[in-house]
Amino acid sequence: MKRHLISAADLSREEAVLVLDTAAELASVAGRPIRKLPTLRGRTVVNLFYEDSTRTRTSFEAAAKRLSADVINFSAKGSSVAKGESLKDTALTLEAMGSDAIVIRHGASGAPHRLAGWVTGSVINAGDGTHEHPTQALLDAFTIRQRLGSGDQHGADQRGTALDGVRVTIVGDILHSRVARSNVLLLSTLGAEVALVAPPTLIPHAVSSWPCKVSYDLDAELGKSDVVMMLRVQHERMTAAYFPSIREYSRRYGLDAGRMALLPEHAIVMHPGPMNRGVEIAAEVADSPRSTIVAQVANGVTVRMAVLYLMLGGAGESL
Amino acid sequence: MCAMTPRPRHEQGTGNGTAQGQAASGGSTGVAPPGQASGGSTGVAPPGQAERKAVLAAEEIRRALSRIAHEILERTHGGDQVVLLGIPTRGVPLARRLAARISSFEGAIVPVGSLDVTLHRDDLRLRPARALRRTEVPPDGIDGKTVVLVDDVLFSGRTIRAALDALNDLGRPRAVQLAVLVDRGHRELPIRADYVGKNLPTAHREVVRVLLEETDGEDSVLLGEQVAE
Amino acid sequence: MSDVTGEWLIKGASIVGGEVADIRLAGGMIAAVGPDLPAGAAQVLGAAGLVALPGLVDLHAHLREPGREDAETVETGTRAAALGGYTAVHAMANTEPVADTAGVVEQVWRLGQQAGHVDVRPVGAVTVGLGGKQLAELGAMADSAARVRVFSDDGHCVADPLLMRRALEYVKAFDGVIAQHAQEPRLTEGAQLNEGEVASRLGLAGWPAAAEEAIIARDCLLAAHTGSALHVCHVSTAGSVEIIRWAKSKGWRVTAEVTPHHLLLTDDLAEGYDPVFKVNPPLRAQADVDALRAALADGTIDCVATDHAPHPVEAKEAEWAAAAMGMTGLETALRVVQLAMVETGLLDWPGVADRMSVRPARIGRAAGHGQRIAEGGPASLVLYDPAAPPEAVDPATHASKSRNSPFAGMALPGRVVATFLRGTATVLDGKVTR
Repeated sequence: MKRHLISAADLSREEAVLVLDTAAELASVAGRPIRKLPTLRGRTVVNLFYEDSTRTRTSFEAAAKRLSADVINFSAKGSSVAKGESLKDTALTLEAMGSDAIVIRHGASGAPHRLAGWVTGSVINAGDGTHEHPTQALLDAFTIRQRLGSGDQHGADQRGTALDGVRVTIVGDILHSRVARSNVLLLSTLGAEVALVAPPTLIPHAVSSWPCKVSYDLDAELGKSDVVMMLRVQHERMTAAYFPSIREYSRRYGLDAGRMALLPEHAIVMHPGPMNRGVEIAAEVADSPRSTIVAQVANGVTVRMAVLYLMLGGAGESL
Repeated sequence: MCAMTPRPRHEQGTGNGTAQGQAASGGSTGVAPPGQASGGSTGVAPPGQAERKAVLAAEEIRRALSRIAHEILERTHGGDQVVLLGIPTRGVPLARRLAARISSFEGAIVPVGSLDVTLHRDDLRLRPARALRRTEVPPDGIDGKTVVLVDDVLFSGRTIRAALDALNDLGRPRAVQLAVLVDRGHRELPIRADYVGKNLPTAHREVVRVLLEETDGEDSVLLGEQVAE
Repeated sequence: MSDVTGEWLIKGASIVGGEVADIRLAGGMIAAVGPDLPAGAAQVLGAAGLVALPGLVDLHAHLREPGREDAETVETGTRAAALGGYTAVHAMANTEPVADTAGVVEQVWRLGQQAGHVDVRPVGAVTVGLGGKQLAELGAMADSAARVRVFSDDGHCVADPLLMRRALEYVKAFDGVIAQHAQEPRLTEGAQLNEGEVASRLGLAGWPAAAEEAIIARDCLLAAHTGSALHVCHVSTAGSVEIIRWAKSKGWRVTAEVTPHHLLLTDDLAEGYDPVFKVNPPLRAQADVDALRAALADGTIDCVATDHAPHPVEAKEAEWAAAAMGMTGLETALRVVQLAMVETGLLDWPGVADRMSVRPARIGRAAGHGQRIAEGGPASLVLYDPAAPPEAVDPATHASKSRNSPFAGMALPGRVVATFLRGTATVLDGKVTR
């Protein structure tokens, strides 16, 4: 892999497929009597989290531990960061402690980019501001391939295949969503056709330069979607006048059972979590067989194992 | 940036310039050079590479495998409770051929699988991370079975050590045996093969390359000089 | 070491890029301009191949003193200015304490006098503490020893339209001008980078051009209504240019400046999230750069002002959103203008003299600056070598205390060889004399 994984755009189609294939092989580890591999023994992975995200941190931690890496969790809360230590000083401190890779979650877009300029080890972006969240996109792509591609449930026979022609509709707060940015880049790299649906206030100003189409009408897109991915919408967007009320948002852009019926038979429903049940997604949709929400969590560990293996499993860059 | 070519970890033989270079650096430390997954340019030495001579022809390979199949039947009392696990890349077709022969000799159906050892290798950090190969354990598993590991070339023994570790994570076989088409010597670990197609005395710096119909379009074993770049 | 204050004979300079002549400086004045002047007792400075320009005047610099002496002091900032060919610099009011009283502006003015590299002309704050609520004592600052004529809340916009109207009206009493930092605050809450393709991709909150243009349009109308003088700081968008062009066509008293960095750099430089490219207003798109260059060439934009904004290393060595906004510029301005305007054929040397000396001096009411290079004029001028081979900018060599030059590593043409302030050589052979 490249030394760092900061943007989904860092991955070529071949590299992205390699991650998915590696994850497919690693998925079988989860079903074995012994779920631990010795591969990253002696390597240290630091989870540097400036934002609370128990699910992402836990997922990276589980992935690293299954590969026998040592894991240090460094949370901004209760640490010297709270005393105003700069990101650079924190990074150099962690590296002095012997970290081989830093998994960073940060509220500022580009923080992993800056970090990569200061450390000699690898940097993995676990979500930066409103920029990107590339491992989320990889696990989403993996889940889509697993559910919609041919082959068995481990996706074993799907080796080498991408997502050509798969129609993915991403719905919600695109403007502030790092998940959406990474998915648009990765899914289009893998050949999928991406459509974004949101109220115009939540669509980035220059979206026309993105490799996707844009619509304001969810109902018009659902019948043409193989995948619909619902994004979390936050209440504070309402106070900032992005939409008038949660109720109106939910009525126009929420996925309820009625809307789900508009989807083709085979289509799946995704959500990166955490969900606002009853806002962007109705409970009966979230719990339906079409929902991949639980699978996404499981696949998160596998895909992150693949990323850690490809980045740290060898010498130098392999992707 | 990247070397994306999948690199299986079978022990010996390379037909590719890049791998040759790595073999050159790895050779002195006793690390088995990596192989090359697909054999598009079968048997044709790339420019700048020394000629290789065939040390086993297709017919000899066929005979060697038949003999090994017979020996397996003998030593395992008719192939009962035997599982053949090929080590990718070329161990896998060899395992399939052995299973087919055992079946044709005795009518016994021997389950075949594959065992990728990449994640257990001790030399991962000597070169970029490699693409993983398939690990497929037959549906009945390996617990209580006699597992015969199958590989094309036995050299340092490190691949087999990794295979034993990998096997450990999959279950608890009754016994583990090893079948190889070529044993070229130069062991670095206390490992020996139970079934050997051909013992091939080699110099450490020589390169042994096994070509198989399934992966390379022909059956042959080549011996050549390693060419430093 | 030469006697920097004595008489000088500058031999063979090209006067504002035109005729080649000798210039004799004596008693702080230009004693003579002509061919083959006798040296007499004067020190001779060979200037063959050099262009003589009137000393440059910067309407917009942050010298940081008092308060942020870790970033810059009046001494280091004016040293940088002299090295850039400047003889007068307007020092912005956002110091700590804010330059909103006669006391603070006099302090800054005195520090400039003591340093002696250039004339420091303090800019007074429009509102108390830059708070945007209450007018500062503009008259007291105007009457002080600093003779303040330019007032600005720079860094902050005077967003309240009524307060802006009053300020524009009030300074008419002493021929002052309000220099507006045009930034509609609500439209730029949390803004990080020009709202466009790059910001959308990088996930940086957009800074819409309309936020600048809306304020400029409003203020132009207020200037027209009150008959007052409005100066627009650091114009950065093509739309702003159109509005200013329209206001000028009406005969309203509106002037404008553009920074060197907005004449050369674009928002795609933010791709690496290096905050050395973070500035207010933000770097814009190429179409904006093209419009700004054309506007400076045709005079719609009156002058180049550096918005020299030094910051200590740690303020820039951070994630983008946490980093300070601003770039240094005093030492590179003329070279950037040569690259962006002269080498593109948009401005000739008289044009450069007009936009970097004559007009800013007029807007800032800086008496004794921006004068023609002619007998009887003040001996404040710069000798510039436009043919000096392009050299990569190395901020470590800068006299400024700070290193946040966006031009670091860029090969810029030209070299400031010497600067004279009222007959005193402040810079000789590219080095400060004191």
